[in-house]
Amino acid sequence: MARELSAVLDHIAKIGELHLDEVEPTSHVVEVTGALRPDEPRPCLPREVALAQAPATSDDGFLVPSPQA
Amino acid sequence: MSATDILELTASAAAAEIAAGSLSAAELFDVYQERAAADRAAGDHGLNCFTWVAETAPETVADGAGGGGNGLRPLAGVPLAVKDLFCTEGVPSQSGSRILEGYLPPYTASAVSRLSAAGASLLAKTNQDEFAMGSSNENSAYGPVRNPWDRSRVPGGSSGGSAAAVAAGLAPWALGTDTGGSIRQPAALCGIVGLKPTYGAVSRYGMIAFASSLDQAGPLTRDVSDAALLLREMVGRDERDATSLQFPHPIELPTAERLDGVTFGVPEELTVEGIEAGVLESFHAALDRARDLGAQVREVRLAHAPHALSAYYVIAPAEASSNLARFDGVRYGYRAAEPSDLLDMYTRTRHDGFGAEVRRRIMLGTYALSSGYYDAYYGRAQRVRTKISEDFRTAFAAVDFILTPTAPTVAFGLGEKTGDPLSMYLSDYCTVPMSLAGIPAISIPCGLSRGLPVGLQVAGSAFSENRLLDVAHALEGALAFDGSPARV
Repeated sequence: MARELSAVLDHIAKIGELHLDEVEPTSHVVEVTGALRPDEPRPCLPREVALAQAPATSDDGFLVPSPQA
Repeated sequence: MSATDILELTASAAAAEIAAGSLSAAELFDVYQERAAADRAAGDHGLNCFTWVAETAPETVADGAGGGGNGLRPLAGVPLAVKDLFCTEGVPSQSGSRILEGYLPPYTASAVSRLSAAGASLLAKTNQDEFAMGSSNENSAYGPVRNPWDRSRVPGGSSGGSAAAVAAGLAPWALGTDTGGSIRQPAALCGIVGLKPTYGAVSRYGMIAFASSLDQAGPLTRDVSDAALLLREMVGRDERDATSLQFPHPIELPTAERLDGVTFGVPEELTVEGIEAGVLESFHAALDRARDLGAQVREVRLAHAPHALSAYYVIAPAEASSNLARFDGVRYGYRAAEPSDLLDMYTRTRHDGFGAEVRRRIMLGTYALSSGYYDAYYGRAQRVRTKISEDFRTAFAAVDFILTPTAPTVAFGLGEKTGDPLSMYLSDYCTVPMSLAGIPAISIPCGLSRGLPVGLQVAGSAFSENRLLDVAHALEGALAFDGSPARV
């Protein structure tokens, strides 16, 4: 994998050849305005639905191993 | 109608037959369901297009509500195959990854709900490259898809299952996603039509994310009219995707047959170097057809296009490395067995759950975003992206549309490029610039080279879909591509 990544990084390095100091970086390709809605609480997924696909759950949450077993 | 006659119908024609009462939606569904289920059952002896196939028609189809009568909806119950990465409530949505094996989402992606509301029936989920990372469909945890034109070859990717299914007549039409070419390139390699809409035209809500500033849903269809019909029901602002936009006008079905007054630009940067001879031959023949229809064809410059692939392979992996952080074995999907502690669970879950290409891109992206390298990689790539957008704006001041081959080669052999990621990435050389600029582009079949389909890419300015579809419709008529060998 290291050899493959090196080949890709060499290809990517070609953008270093361009003069781009005066160029603004792209943040959005298409102008978006007024994307925010009022910050009002709304219903969310019921807890049992949110937990249904988890590999392990406790009574009311996702169950994970201890950080320092 | 016999099953053979039904299979000959485009999706639009099938919808019209249902509206006229000469075909029932249930009958149509059953013909495709049987074919899709047979492909799924055949495993590697088939094309391996699907990761899930519906057992029965949705109730609205079975009871006739999607069929004839006063309650007819625009898509009239015509079955739809949907790329695996669209979340579909209660139906496996795995994004081609082992880390999501068996995942049943609690909600449905907006694009799919809109199409269902318009009368589409969910037929199947289609195989894809894992998390849409790939150009051959060989990166799927559920096995490669085969090209219906030649089973020893790839269908392209990442929407390879969607493209192969439509080309082989296993689905009337399909939904895919395009990040750097993932609708257009497989459409080209399978000899069908694939459209990547303007970024923001279709909601990304419920699409399992790869690179959020590039991902866009779009149709894979037998012809341009079908693409327009499906797109018409997909576009629009969705408050659950803040980057989605109200499309400025309704999508119309294309009617143009002539191209008088239309000017096409052909950029040398994407139409000479690295394109195989047979593809170029078909491309130049297509330019002649465009002239026959009254169009002007002239050269344009896209000076930064040769750098697009480099910028893309910084931006897309950077965004992917962030998006894929959510797969940690906690809330859904695969978790490694018997972890010794939390870190061990994260590490082994991600190592075992992700395939090689996904791990490669997460590492690339993490590296490109790391402290000390951010400006040299991500910052520079976003500046290259600005230059690429400027190049297109300048070009579209002089010409109406840009024409290129969709892919540099016809379908390549299974395994031919898997050992060399860079050569695989070059499959998207002609499609990535449009993705970075967020502009719409369509691939239509324009001929055969060595018995395999060649795609013609037509790109327009943002929100020019109606004119783009019209122009593609006129070209399609003149090119008169015969897609029938794929359905033998």
